[in-house]
Amino acid sequence: MTTTPLPGPGFAEKDGNGGSDGGGRSDGHDGHDGDDRADRNRSTDPAPPSRTPHPPHRTGPHRALRSLTRALPVTPAVVLLLLFLAGPIAYCAYIAFTDLQLTGQASASFVGLENFRTAFGDEAFRNAVLLTLVFTVLSSLVGQNTLGLALALLMRRASKPVRTLAGGVVVTAWVLPEVVAGFLLYAFFRREGTLNAILDWLHLPSQNWLFTLPILAVSFANVWRGTAFSMLVYSAALAEIPKEVTEAAEVDGASGPRRLWHITLPMIRRSIGTNLMLNTLQTLSVFGLIWVMTRGGPGNRSQTLPLFMYEQAFQNSMIGYGTAVALLLLVVGSLFSLVYLRLLRTEV
Amino acid sequence: MPPTPTLPARRAQRRLAADAGLLAVAACFALPLAWVVLSSLDTDADLRVKAPSGITLGNFDAVLTPEITFRPLLNSLILCGGGTALTVVCAALAAYPLSRFSSRLNRPFLLTILFATCLPITAIMVPVYALFVQVNLIDTMQGTIFFFAASQLPFAVWLMKNFMDGVPRELEEAAWTDGASSLQSLLRIVLPLMGPGVAVVTVFSFVLMWGNFFVPFMLLLTPDQMPAAVSINEFFGNRGTVVYGQLAAFSVIYSTPVLALYVLVSRKLGGGFALGGAVKG
Repeated sequence: MTTTPLPGPGFAEKDGNGGSDGGGRSDGHDGHDGDDRADRNRSTDPAPPSRTPHPPHRTGPHRALRSLTRALPVTPAVVLLLLFLAGPIAYCAYIAFTDLQLTGQASASFVGLENFRTAFGDEAFRNAVLLTLVFTVLSSLVGQNTLGLALALLMRRASKPVRTLAGGVVVTAWVLPEVVAGFLLYAFFRREGTLNAILDWLHLPSQNWLFTLPILAVSFANVWRGTAFSMLVYSAALAEIPKEVTEAAEVDGASGPRRLWHITLPMIRRSIGTNLMLNTLQTLSVFGLIWVMTRGGPGNRSQTLPLFMYEQAFQNSMIGYGTAVALLLLVVGSLFSLVYLRLLRTEV
Repeated sequence: MPPTPTLPARRAQRRLAADAGLLAVAACFALPLAWVVLSSLDTDADLRVKAPSGITLGNFDAVLTPEITFRPLLNSLILCGGGTALTVVCAALAAYPLSRFSSRLNRPFLLTILFATCLPITAIMVPVYALFVQVNLIDTMQGTIFFFAASQLPFAVWLMKNFMDGVPRELEEAAWTDGASSLQSLLRIVLPLMGPGVAVVTVFSFVLMWGNFFVPFMLLLTPDQMPAAVSINEFFGNRGTVVYGQLAAFSVIYSTPVLALYVLVSRKLGGGFALGGAVKG
């Protein structure tokens, strides 16, 4: 299941107008813009006039007190986030520079960039980076994204029962718990599994996919599991394209591929960007699926960064080193996040 | 109206092609699903999709024991139920001022939240483990619940705020003039009006936590406390011979609640794929 969120739940508002960016909408309530703006200028009472008919000029302490009361409901969320999300991130940034170990070490000492130096000199780390790239490009950029778009396009043309059936099957794969998905695809790719049964039936050579091409097998597994998300995003995006536009192009005799390239894709480019970003972030942090299917093996031929991080921290007891790798992953994730926020902002 | 008579014919042809394409993809996606369903009913299941050599409920019988099924599922329920409740309550409370009152802090706060939704939680699990060891929260249900809630909260706040923006303010103002407090108007007016939104946030949080493997895998150690996500792996993965029929049966039992919830919420929101609608870009 994706942990990936998307912004601007197009539930109440049409997307892409106010959807603009993160906080932009916060002051856009119907009919109260005036109040809100006044609040910004600190000149008049920011409250909706009907609520508390206070005199226009308010004293400082009063204001502060009311702001505090208003902010009160946010406190539980902020406390939780600080303690259990910001705390670990800060701690991560700290122990990545120490030699903290899992077993019986009284105190960890500061080792500077040593962990990072070790990482970049480590053959296994470079292998993990490479495999993570392969995994991400194959399963997220190529697989989930393209297949999701193809499915969404097909669904617009297909008849209703087929659409419902296909949508149901693809979404089921997405809703299933990660471990179950892992088992299902483990069974699918094993030597005695379904894929080889089909290949035998077609008189094609069969092999133990989890042994010969483990990274390919887990990439396919991730496509199986994650395509529904892209499909849903693209279905929603395609539904927003006015029918007249594509019909006009069709009447003018533009061929299918041309319409796709010159009309459809440009019109949903915002969704493409969002989807690529979120898919990539999601794929970067896949652990359970690979763990269940191959445990990163055989050898380390399907060991992506999260699995490498886990192995270093727990099987080799080097928490400091494992965390350094985690920090790198976190930094890459943050960069993607920032690009994503940027993307939302520019595409107003 | 189409200008040429060939257009409807072409459309029909295209529909057929699209149907065929979709069915082919659906068949590929369905193969692993077919395996788990057929094997769970098979007396003699192996790793490939085949017609059961004999239909039986024996696999379900075999796994429906306290040790294999009930305790892990109960643990899952406590973890995910607790985590979801905490997430939804905190998110609803936090979303209210963000949606209703303007403040210079709203924008930075929401941007931070949005940024946090994208962070790869997997990456911070090693430090979380180390931190939990330090503060004695390792191997405790409450620690895991808190972490679940915190990791789900950014997205929940974001969704909740956007759903809340869709509730017109006028209704609330009437209550305010009648002297209702903010909390009362949140509980009595806003939340009931955004029922579908709350349902989406709840189901989404619950489904994600239910399926999450890595968090309990790292933060819980005692087998007795393990949720189904981890126990399935430990129990079946670490044995010499795996009884595939039972594994499939357990997978079916473990997956059913989230599938049911998903169907429920998408029905309730008037068909279509509710979560997809809720998270479209």
